[in-house]
Amino acid sequence: MNGYIHLSFIDLSLAVSLLLLITVLSVILSIGIGRTVIIAAVRLVLQLLLVGFLLLKVFAVQSFWCSLLVVFVMMLAASREIVARLKSGVQWRWSLGISGTVTGIVTLIVSFVALNTALRPEPWYDAKYFIPLTGMILGNVMSAASLSLKGLLDMVQREQKVIEARLALGHTRRETFNPLVRQAVVMGIMPLINQMSAAGIVTLPGTMSGQILAGMNPFDAAKYQILLLIIISSAGIMAAIGVSFLAVLRLTDNRDRLRIDRLFK
Amino acid sequence: MIELRNQSTLSVRALFALHHGPYSLEINSGSCVVITGESGAGKSVFLRMIADLIPNAGQVFLDGKERNSFAPSEWRKQVTYIAAESGWWAKTVKEHFTDLEMAYYWLPKFNLKEELLDADVVQLSTGEKQRMALIRAFSSKVRFLLLDEITSALDPKSVIVVEQCIQELQKQNIGILLVSHNMEQVKRLATSHYQLITDQLVLCS
Repeated sequence: MNGYIHLSFIDLSLAVSLLLLITVLSVILSIGIGRTVIIAAVRLVLQLLLVGFLLLKVFAVQSFWCSLLVVFVMMLAASREIVARLKSGVQWRWSLGISGTVTGIVTLIVSFVALNTALRPEPWYDAKYFIPLTGMILGNVMSAASLSLKGLLDMVQREQKVIEARLALGHTRRETFNPLVRQAVVMGIMPLINQMSAAGIVTLPGTMSGQILAGMNPFDAAKYQILLLIIISSAGIMAAIGVSFLAVLRLTDNRDRLRIDRLFK
Repeated sequence: MIELRNQSTLSVRALFALHHGPYSLEINSGSCVVITGESGAGKSVFLRMIADLIPNAGQVFLDGKERNSFAPSEWRKQVTYIAAESGWWAKTVKEHFTDLEMAYYWLPKFNLKEELLDADVVQLSTGEKQRMALIRAFSSKVRFLLLDEITSALDPKSVIVVEQCIQELQKQNIGILLVSHNMEQVKRLATSHYQLITDQLVLCS
Protein backbone atom coordinates (compact mmCIF):
# COMPACT_ATOMS: atom_id res chain seq x y z
CA MET A 1 0.00 0.00 0.00
CA ASN A 2 2.06 2.93 -1.16
CA GLY A 3 0.79 6.41 -0.59
CA TYR A 4 -2.84 6.27 0.42
CA ILE A 5 -4.86 9.43 -0.05
CA HIS A 6 -4.62 11.77 2.92
CA LEU A 7 -7.95 13.33 3.80
CA SER A 8 -7.93 16.85 5.15
CA PHE A 9 -10.69 18.25 7.33
CA ILE A 10 -11.83 20.25 4.31
CA ASP A 11 -12.44 17.00 2.41
CA LEU A 12 -14.46 15.68 5.34
CA SER A 13 -16.55 18.83 5.57
CA LEU A 14 -17.35 18.55 1.87
CA ALA A 15 -18.85 15.10 2.56
CA VAL A 16 -20.69 16.49 5.55
CA SER A 17 -22.23 19.27 3.47
CA LEU A 18 -23.74 16.61 1.21
CA LEU A 19 -25.49 15.15 4.21
CA LEU A 20 -26.61 18.62 5.30
CA LEU A 21 -28.09 19.17 1.87
CA ILE A 22 -30.10 15.97 2.24
CA THR A 23 -31.29 17.09 5.65
CA VAL A 24 -32.45 20.44 4.28
CA LEU A 25 -34.23 18.58 1.52
CA SER A 26 -35.89 16.37 4.10
CA VAL A 27 -37.17 19.46 5.92
CA ILE A 28 -38.50 20.99 2.70
CA LEU A 29 -40.22 17.76 1.64
CA SER A 30 -41.28 17.18 5.27
CA ILE A 31 -40.05 13.61 5.34
CA GLY A 32 -39.04 14.12 8.95
CA ILE A 33 -35.79 12.20 9.01
CA GLY A 34 -33.56 15.26 9.47
CA ARG A 35 -33.12 14.92 13.22
CA THR A 36 -32.39 11.21 13.12
CA VAL A 37 -29.87 11.58 10.31
CA ILE A 38 -28.05 14.44 12.03
CA ILE A 39 -27.83 12.62 15.35
CA ALA A 40 -26.51 9.50 13.65
CA ALA A 41 -24.00 11.48 11.63
CA VAL A 42 -22.76 13.40 14.68
CA ARG A 43 -22.32 10.10 16.54
CA LEU A 44 -20.45 8.64 13.56
CA VAL A 45 -18.04 11.56 13.40
CA LEU A 46 -17.40 11.81 17.13
CA GLN A 47 -17.09 8.07 17.76
CA LEU A 48 -14.79 7.38 14.83
CA LEU A 49 -12.54 10.38 15.46
CA LEU A 50 -12.29 9.37 19.11
CA VAL A 51 -11.50 5.78 18.20
CA GLY A 52 -8.98 6.87 15.60
CA PHE A 53 -7.27 9.04 18.19
CA LEU A 54 -7.31 6.27 20.80
CA LEU A 55 -5.93 3.71 18.36
CA LEU A 56 -3.15 6.13 17.46
CA LYS A 57 -2.12 6.15 21.12
CA VAL A 58 -2.49 2.37 21.52
CA PHE A 59 -0.44 1.69 18.40
CA ALA A 60 2.27 3.97 19.74
CA VAL A 61 2.40 2.19 23.11
CA GLN A 62 2.63 -1.25 21.42
CA SER A 63 1.94 -3.20 24.60
CA PHE A 64 0.18 -6.58 24.65
CA TRP A 65 -1.80 -5.78 27.80
CA CYS A 66 -2.91 -2.43 26.50
CA SER A 67 -4.25 -4.03 23.29
CA LEU A 68 -5.93 -6.79 25.28
CA LEU A 69 -7.67 -4.21 27.45
CA VAL A 70 -9.03 -2.45 24.36
CA VAL A 71 -10.23 -5.77 22.95
CA PHE A 72 -11.81 -6.70 26.27
CA VAL A 73 -13.80 -3.47 26.37
CA MET A 74 -14.95 -4.12 22.78
CA MET A 75 -16.09 -7.62 23.74
CA LEU A 76 -18.05 -6.31 26.71
CA ALA A 77 -19.80 -3.80 24.46
CA ALA A 78 -20.62 -6.54 21.94
CA SER A 79 -22.06 -8.86 24.62
CA ARG A 80 -24.12 -6.05 26.05
CA GLU A 81 -25.46 -5.32 22.57
CA ILE A 82 -26.51 -8.98 22.13
CA VAL A 83 -28.46 -8.85 25.38
CA ALA A 84 -29.99 -5.48 24.52
CA ARG A 85 -31.52 -6.95 21.36
CA LEU A 86 -33.35 -9.69 23.28
CA LYS A 87 -36.91 -9.29 24.51
CA SER A 88 -37.41 -7.75 27.93
CA GLY A 89 -38.57 -10.99 29.60
CA VAL A 90 -35.12 -12.54 29.57
CA GLN A 91 -32.87 -12.59 32.65
CA TRP A 92 -30.01 -10.29 31.69
CA ARG A 93 -27.41 -11.87 33.96
CA TRP A 94 -27.62 -15.28 32.35
CA SER A 95 -28.01 -14.02 28.81
CA LEU A 96 -25.01 -11.74 29.33
CA GLY A 97 -23.12 -14.71 30.75
CA ILE A 98 -23.92 -16.85 27.72
CA SER A 99 -23.22 -14.18 25.11
CA GLY A 100 -20.10 -12.96 26.91
CA THR A 101 -18.61 -16.44 27.23
CA VAL A 102 -19.19 -17.27 23.59
CA THR A 103 -18.10 -13.86 22.29
CA GLY A 104 -14.91 -13.95 24.34
CA ILE A 105 -13.85 -17.50 23.57
CA VAL A 106 -14.69 -17.44 19.85
CA THR A 107 -13.14 -14.04 19.20
CA LEU A 108 -9.91 -14.81 21.03
CA ILE A 109 -9.47 -18.25 19.46
CA VAL A 110 -10.19 -17.06 15.91
CA SER A 111 -8.06 -13.92 16.10
CA PHE A 112 -5.20 -15.88 17.70
CA VAL A 113 -5.32 -18.44 14.89
CA ALA A 114 -5.57 -15.75 12.20
CA LEU A 115 -2.73 -13.70 13.63
CA ASN A 116 -0.40 -16.66 14.01
CA THR A 117 -1.03 -18.36 10.69
CA ALA A 118 -2.44 -16.14 7.99
CA LEU A 119 -1.34 -12.65 8.85
CA ARG A 120 1.79 -13.16 11.00
CA PRO A 121 2.60 -9.63 12.07
CA GLU A 122 5.71 -9.19 14.21
CA PRO A 123 5.01 -9.44 17.15
CA TRP A 124 1.77 -11.38 16.63
CA TYR A 125 -0.16 -9.09 18.98
CA ASP A 126 0.90 -5.98 17.02
CA ALA A 127 -1.98 -3.62 17.82
CA LYS A 128 -2.13 -2.47 14.20
CA TYR A 129 -3.42 -5.92 13.22
CA PHE A 130 -4.77 -7.27 16.50
CA ILE A 131 -7.34 -4.57 17.19
CA PRO A 132 -8.89 -4.05 13.73
CA LEU A 133 -9.01 -7.80 13.10
CA THR A 134 -10.64 -8.47 16.46
CA GLY A 135 -13.07 -5.67 15.77
CA MET A 136 -14.12 -7.18 12.49
CA ILE A 137 -14.48 -10.64 14.00
CA LEU A 138 -16.43 -9.21 16.92
CA GLY A 139 -18.89 -7.42 14.67
CA ASN A 140 -19.78 -10.66 12.94
CA VAL A 141 -19.76 -12.73 16.11
CA MET A 142 -22.13 -10.22 17.62
CA SER A 143 -24.65 -10.25 14.80
CA ALA A 144 -24.61 -14.06 14.41
CA ALA A 145 -24.83 -14.70 18.16
CA SER A 146 -27.52 -12.12 18.57
CA LEU A 147 -29.73 -13.48 15.77
CA SER A 148 -29.30 -17.07 16.97
CA LEU A 149 -29.90 -16.39 20.62
CA LYS A 150 -32.93 -14.22 19.93
CA GLY A 151 -34.27 -16.79 17.47
CA LEU A 152 -33.81 -19.66 19.90
CA LEU A 153 -35.37 -17.88 22.85
CA ASP A 154 -38.34 -16.73 20.76
CA MET A 155 -38.90 -20.28 19.51
CA VAL A 156 -38.65 -21.84 22.96
CA GLN A 157 -41.08 -19.30 24.35
CA ARG A 158 -43.50 -19.77 21.47
CA GLU A 159 -43.27 -23.56 21.37
CA GLN A 160 -43.30 -24.38 25.06
CA LYS A 161 -46.26 -26.68 24.61
CA VAL A 162 -44.62 -28.59 21.79
CA ILE A 163 -41.38 -28.98 23.72
CA GLU A 164 -43.23 -30.24 26.78
CA ALA A 165 -45.29 -32.63 24.67
CA ARG A 166 -42.13 -34.17 23.23
CA LEU A 167 -40.44 -34.47 26.60
CA ALA A 168 -43.60 -36.00 28.07
CA LEU A 169 -43.58 -38.63 25.32
CA GLY A 170 -40.10 -39.65 26.38
CA HIS A 171 -38.06 -37.85 23.75
CA THR A 172 -34.62 -36.99 25.05
CA ARG A 173 -33.46 -33.45 25.54
CA ARG A 174 -31.33 -33.81 22.44
CA GLU A 175 -34.13 -35.12 20.20
CA THR A 176 -36.43 -32.38 21.44
CA PHE A 177 -34.11 -29.40 21.10
CA ASN A 178 -32.06 -30.40 18.09
CA PRO A 179 -34.51 -28.98 15.50
CA LEU A 180 -34.72 -25.71 17.44
CA VAL A 181 -30.95 -25.40 17.71
CA ARG A 182 -30.60 -26.12 14.01
CA GLN A 183 -33.13 -23.42 13.10
CA ALA A 184 -31.52 -20.91 15.44
CA VAL A 185 -28.06 -21.53 13.99
CA VAL A 186 -29.39 -21.11 10.44
CA MET A 187 -31.00 -17.80 11.42
CA GLY A 188 -27.71 -16.60 12.86
CA ILE A 189 -25.45 -17.54 9.98
CA MET A 190 -27.75 -16.61 7.09
CA PRO A 191 -26.26 -13.11 6.66
CA LEU A 192 -22.75 -14.60 6.62
CA ILE A 193 -23.70 -17.24 4.06
CA ASN A 194 -25.33 -14.57 1.91
CA GLN A 195 -22.30 -12.34 2.25
CA MET A 196 -19.96 -15.14 1.16
CA SER A 197 -22.11 -16.21 -1.79
CA ALA A 198 -22.72 -12.68 -3.06
CA ALA A 199 -19.16 -11.47 -2.55
CA GLY A 200 -17.72 -10.05 -5.76
CA ILE A 201 -20.85 -10.58 -7.81
CA VAL A 202 -23.37 -8.36 -6.14
CA THR A 203 -21.09 -6.40 -3.85
CA LEU A 204 -17.44 -5.69 -3.47
CA PRO A 205 -16.91 -6.41 0.22
CA GLY A 206 -15.81 -3.53 2.43
CA THR A 207 -12.20 -4.43 2.98
CA MET A 208 -11.52 -5.09 -0.67
CA SER A 209 -13.16 -1.84 -1.77
CA GLY A 210 -11.28 0.01 0.93
CA GLN A 211 -7.94 -1.42 -0.08
CA ILE A 212 -8.49 -0.80 -3.77
CA LEU A 213 -9.44 2.78 -2.94
CA ALA A 214 -6.28 3.01 -0.87
CA GLY A 215 -4.21 1.89 -3.85
CA MET A 216 -3.79 -1.88 -3.47
CA ASN A 217 -3.67 -4.16 -6.50
CA PRO A 218 -7.19 -5.69 -6.94
CA PHE A 219 -5.93 -9.29 -7.02
CA ASP A 220 -4.04 -8.89 -3.76
CA ALA A 221 -7.05 -7.07 -2.32
CA ALA A 222 -9.23 -10.05 -3.32
CA LYS A 223 -6.92 -12.53 -1.58
CA TYR A 224 -6.94 -10.39 1.51
CA GLN A 225 -10.72 -10.20 1.42
CA ILE A 226 -11.07 -13.99 1.04
CA LEU A 227 -8.94 -14.53 4.08
CA LEU A 228 -10.91 -12.06 6.14
CA LEU A 229 -14.32 -13.32 5.04
CA ILE A 230 -13.40 -16.89 5.86
CA ILE A 231 -12.06 -15.89 9.25
CA ILE A 232 -15.08 -13.81 10.21
CA SER A 233 -17.57 -16.36 8.84
CA SER A 234 -15.97 -19.17 10.83
CA ALA A 235 -16.14 -17.01 13.91
CA GLY A 236 -19.79 -16.15 13.28
CA ILE A 237 -20.78 -19.78 12.75
CA MET A 238 -18.96 -20.87 15.89
CA ALA A 239 -20.71 -18.13 17.84
CA ALA A 240 -24.16 -19.07 16.51
CA ILE A 241 -23.63 -22.70 17.53
CA GLY A 242 -22.10 -21.71 20.85
CA VAL A 243 -24.91 -19.46 22.08
CA SER A 244 -27.61 -21.89 20.93
CA PHE A 245 -26.07 -24.81 22.80
CA LEU A 246 -25.38 -22.84 25.94
CA ALA A 247 -28.92 -21.44 25.94
CA VAL A 248 -30.43 -24.94 25.65
CA LEU A 249 -28.12 -26.14 28.41
CA ARG A 250 -29.39 -23.36 30.64
CA LEU A 251 -33.03 -23.95 29.66
CA THR A 252 -32.97 -27.62 30.65
CA ASP A 253 -31.81 -29.55 33.69
CA ASN A 254 -30.33 -32.94 34.53
CA ARG A 255 -33.79 -34.59 34.47
CA ASP A 256 -34.46 -33.31 30.92
CA ARG A 257 -37.05 -30.77 32.01
CA LEU A 258 -37.84 -27.55 30.19
CA ARG A 259 -36.81 -24.82 32.63
CA ILE A 260 -38.16 -21.58 31.20
CA ASP A 261 -37.69 -20.11 34.68
CA ARG A 262 -33.91 -20.43 34.41
CA LEU A 263 -33.59 -17.90 31.58
CA PHE A 264 -36.82 -15.94 31.61
CA LYS A 265 -38.16 -13.72 34.40
CA MET B 1 -49.83 -57.35 18.88
CA ILE B 2 -51.50 -55.84 21.92
CA GLU B 3 -50.46 -58.09 24.73
CA LEU B 4 -51.46 -58.06 28.33
CA ARG B 5 -48.81 -56.34 30.38
CA ASN B 6 -47.44 -57.47 33.70
CA GLN B 7 -49.05 -56.39 36.91
CA SER B 8 -47.32 -53.28 38.19
CA THR B 9 -47.65 -50.53 40.76
CA LEU B 10 -46.88 -46.84 40.69
CA SER B 11 -46.41 -45.42 44.16
CA VAL B 12 -46.10 -41.74 44.83
CA ARG B 13 -44.64 -40.86 48.21
CA ALA B 14 -44.75 -37.36 49.68
CA LEU B 15 -44.30 -35.67 46.35
CA PHE B 16 -44.22 -31.88 46.55
CA ALA B 17 -43.22 -28.72 44.72
CA LEU B 18 -43.33 -25.08 45.72
CA HIS B 19 -46.87 -24.35 47.08
CA HIS B 20 -48.11 -27.87 46.24
CA GLY B 21 -48.23 -31.12 48.15
CA PRO B 22 -46.99 -33.30 49.70
CA TYR B 23 -49.12 -35.89 47.93
CA SER B 24 -49.04 -39.66 48.35
CA LEU B 25 -50.91 -42.10 46.19
CA GLU B 26 -50.74 -45.65 44.95
CA ILE B 27 -52.03 -46.81 41.56
CA ASN B 28 -52.17 -50.39 40.34
CA SER B 29 -52.06 -51.35 36.72
CA GLY B 30 -55.52 -51.89 35.29
CA SER B 31 -57.16 -49.41 37.60
CA CYS B 32 -58.41 -45.92 36.85
CA VAL B 33 -57.82 -43.38 39.57
CA VAL B 34 -59.67 -40.12 38.99
CA ILE B 35 -58.73 -36.82 40.60
CA THR B 36 -61.15 -33.92 40.76
CA GLY B 37 -60.80 -30.48 42.29
CA GLU B 38 -61.25 -26.81 41.60
CA SER B 39 -59.25 -25.12 38.85
CA GLY B 40 -55.94 -23.96 40.18
CA ALA B 41 -55.91 -26.57 42.94
CA GLY B 42 -52.81 -28.11 41.41
CA LYS B 43 -54.15 -31.19 39.64
CA SER B 44 -52.02 -30.64 36.53
CA VAL B 45 -49.04 -29.79 38.68
CA PHE B 46 -49.47 -33.14 40.45
CA LEU B 47 -49.51 -35.12 37.20
CA ARG B 48 -46.58 -33.17 35.81
CA MET B 49 -44.61 -33.81 39.00
CA ILE B 50 -45.15 -37.56 38.65
CA ALA B 51 -43.92 -37.45 35.04
CA ASP B 52 -40.92 -35.43 36.32
CA LEU B 53 -41.68 -32.57 33.92
CA ILE B 54 -41.37 -29.89 36.59
CA PRO B 55 -38.93 -29.63 39.50
CA ASN B 56 -40.23 -31.53 42.51
CA ALA B 57 -39.12 -33.30 45.67
CA GLY B 58 -40.26 -36.60 47.10
CA GLN B 59 -40.23 -40.05 45.59
CA VAL B 60 -42.04 -42.05 42.96
CA PHE B 61 -41.56 -45.78 42.53
CA LEU B 62 -42.43 -48.00 39.61
CA ASP B 63 -42.58 -51.58 40.86
CA GLY B 64 -40.26 -50.70 43.72
CA LYS B 65 -37.71 -48.98 41.50
CA GLU B 66 -37.08 -45.33 42.32
CA ARG B 67 -37.69 -42.78 39.59
CA ASN B 68 -34.15 -41.39 39.63
CA SER B 69 -32.74 -44.78 38.69
CA PHE B 70 -34.46 -44.39 35.29
CA ALA B 71 -33.13 -42.07 32.59
CA PRO B 72 -35.66 -39.20 32.30
CA SER B 73 -36.78 -40.27 28.82
CA GLU B 74 -37.13 -43.92 29.94
CA TRP B 75 -39.28 -42.87 32.87
CA ARG B 76 -41.58 -40.77 30.71
CA LYS B 77 -41.96 -43.55 28.17
CA GLN B 78 -43.36 -45.76 30.93
CA VAL B 79 -45.21 -43.09 32.91
CA THR B 80 -46.56 -40.82 30.20
CA TYR B 81 -48.27 -37.49 30.75
CA ILE B 82 -50.78 -36.23 28.19
CA ALA B 83 -51.72 -32.57 28.38
CA ALA B 84 -55.15 -31.02 27.88
CA GLU B 85 -53.86 -29.24 24.81
CA SER B 86 -51.70 -31.23 22.42
CA GLY B 87 -48.43 -30.01 20.92
CA TRP B 88 -47.25 -30.93 17.40
CA TRP B 89 -43.78 -30.43 15.96
CA ALA B 90 -43.81 -31.90 12.43
CA LYS B 91 -45.92 -31.16 9.37
CA THR B 92 -47.89 -34.37 8.88
CA VAL B 93 -49.68 -36.36 11.56
CA LYS B 94 -47.78 -39.52 10.69
CA GLU B 95 -44.38 -38.06 11.52
CA HIS B 96 -45.40 -37.86 15.18
CA PHE B 97 -45.83 -41.60 15.55
CA THR B 98 -43.08 -44.04 16.42
CA ASP B 99 -45.27 -47.14 16.35
CA LEU B 100 -47.59 -47.08 13.31
CA GLU B 101 -48.84 -50.61 13.88
CA MET B 102 -50.16 -49.48 17.25
CA ALA B 103 -51.75 -46.46 15.55
CA TYR B 104 -53.62 -48.65 13.01
CA TYR B 105 -54.96 -50.76 15.86
CA TRP B 106 -56.31 -47.80 17.81
CA LEU B 107 -57.53 -45.43 15.06
CA PRO B 108 -60.88 -47.19 14.43
CA LYS B 109 -61.48 -47.59 18.16
CA PHE B 110 -61.10 -43.81 18.53
CA ASN B 111 -63.46 -43.31 15.60
CA LEU B 112 -60.69 -41.82 13.44
CA LYS B 113 -60.03 -42.54 9.76
CA GLU B 114 -56.68 -44.00 8.75
CA GLU B 115 -56.30 -41.34 6.04
CA LEU B 116 -55.90 -38.76 8.77
CA LEU B 117 -52.40 -40.10 9.40
CA ASP B 118 -51.27 -38.67 6.05
CA ALA B 119 -52.97 -35.32 6.63
CA ASP B 120 -51.19 -32.20 7.83
CA VAL B 121 -51.65 -31.43 11.49
CA VAL B 122 -53.30 -28.09 10.68
CA GLN B 123 -56.10 -29.90 8.85
CA LEU B 124 -57.22 -31.74 11.98
CA SER B 125 -59.96 -30.43 14.24
CA THR B 126 -59.25 -29.85 17.92
CA GLY B 127 -61.08 -33.03 18.82
CA GLU B 128 -59.23 -35.10 16.23
CA LYS B 129 -55.90 -33.69 17.41
CA GLN B 130 -56.71 -34.53 21.01
CA ARG B 131 -57.57 -38.15 20.13
CA MET B 132 -54.47 -38.45 17.92
CA ALA B 133 -52.36 -37.13 20.79
CA LEU B 134 -53.63 -40.04 22.91
CA ILE B 135 -52.85 -42.69 20.30
CA ARG B 136 -49.42 -41.17 19.74
CA ALA B 137 -48.60 -41.82 23.39
CA PHE B 138 -49.59 -45.50 23.34
CA SER B 139 -46.34 -47.37 22.92
CA SER B 140 -45.44 -50.87 23.95
CA LYS B 141 -43.48 -49.40 26.86
CA VAL B 142 -46.30 -47.47 28.51
CA ARG B 143 -47.31 -48.75 31.95
CA PHE B 144 -49.15 -45.76 33.34
CA LEU B 145 -50.94 -42.89 31.62
CA LEU B 146 -51.41 -39.53 33.31
CA LEU B 147 -54.35 -37.94 31.52
CA ASP B 148 -54.93 -34.24 32.13
CA GLU B 149 -58.53 -33.27 31.29
CA ILE B 150 -58.18 -34.94 27.93
CA THR B 151 -61.88 -34.97 27.14
CA SER B 152 -62.64 -31.34 27.95
CA ALA B 153 -62.39 -30.23 24.30
CA LEU B 154 -64.42 -33.15 22.91
CA ASP B 155 -68.07 -33.44 21.90
CA PRO B 156 -70.25 -35.80 24.02
CA LYS B 157 -70.04 -38.62 21.44
CA SER B 158 -66.24 -38.49 21.28
CA VAL B 159 -66.07 -38.39 25.07
CA ILE B 160 -67.80 -41.78 25.21
CA VAL B 161 -65.48 -43.15 22.51
CA VAL B 162 -62.41 -42.04 24.44
CA GLU B 163 -63.79 -43.46 27.66
CA GLN B 164 -64.31 -46.83 26.03
CA CYS B 165 -60.68 -46.75 24.89
CA ILE B 166 -59.55 -45.92 28.40
CA GLN B 167 -61.43 -48.97 29.63
CA GLU B 168 -59.75 -51.12 27.01
CA LEU B 169 -56.35 -49.80 28.10
CA GLN B 170 -57.23 -50.84 31.64
CA LYS B 171 -58.05 -54.33 30.39
CA GLN B 172 -54.56 -54.44 28.85
CA ASN B 173 -53.28 -53.75 32.35
CA ILE B 174 -52.29 -50.15 31.87
CA GLY B 175 -52.84 -47.94 34.90
CA ILE B 176 -54.72 -44.69 34.43
CA LEU B 177 -54.53 -41.52 36.50
CA LEU B 178 -57.14 -39.14 35.18
CA VAL B 179 -57.87 -35.53 36.04
CA SER B 180 -61.46 -34.65 35.28
CA HIS B 181 -64.08 -31.99 35.89
CA ASN B 182 -66.98 -34.12 34.79
CA MET B 183 -68.71 -35.92 37.67
CA GLU B 184 -70.57 -38.20 35.24
CA GLN B 185 -67.22 -39.27 33.84
CA VAL B 186 -65.96 -39.99 37.35
CA LYS B 187 -68.94 -42.29 37.91
CA ARG B 188 -68.36 -44.07 34.62
CA LEU B 189 -64.61 -44.60 34.91
CA ALA B 190 -63.23 -44.32 38.42
CA THR B 191 -62.10 -47.40 40.28
CA SER B 192 -61.17 -44.92 42.98
CA HIS B 193 -61.81 -41.19 43.22
CA TYR B 194 -59.75 -38.56 45.03
CA GLN B 195 -60.51 -34.92 45.54
CA LEU B 196 -57.69 -32.41 45.67
CA ILE B 197 -58.58 -29.83 48.30
CA THR B 198 -56.09 -27.33 49.75
CA ASP B 199 -53.07 -29.41 48.88
CA GLN B 200 -54.46 -32.67 50.16
CA LEU B 201 -55.70 -35.72 48.33
CA VAL B 202 -58.93 -36.82 49.94
CA LEU B 203 -60.35 -40.23 49.07
CA CYS B 204 -64.03 -40.09 48.17
CA SER B 205 -66.16 -43.17 48.56
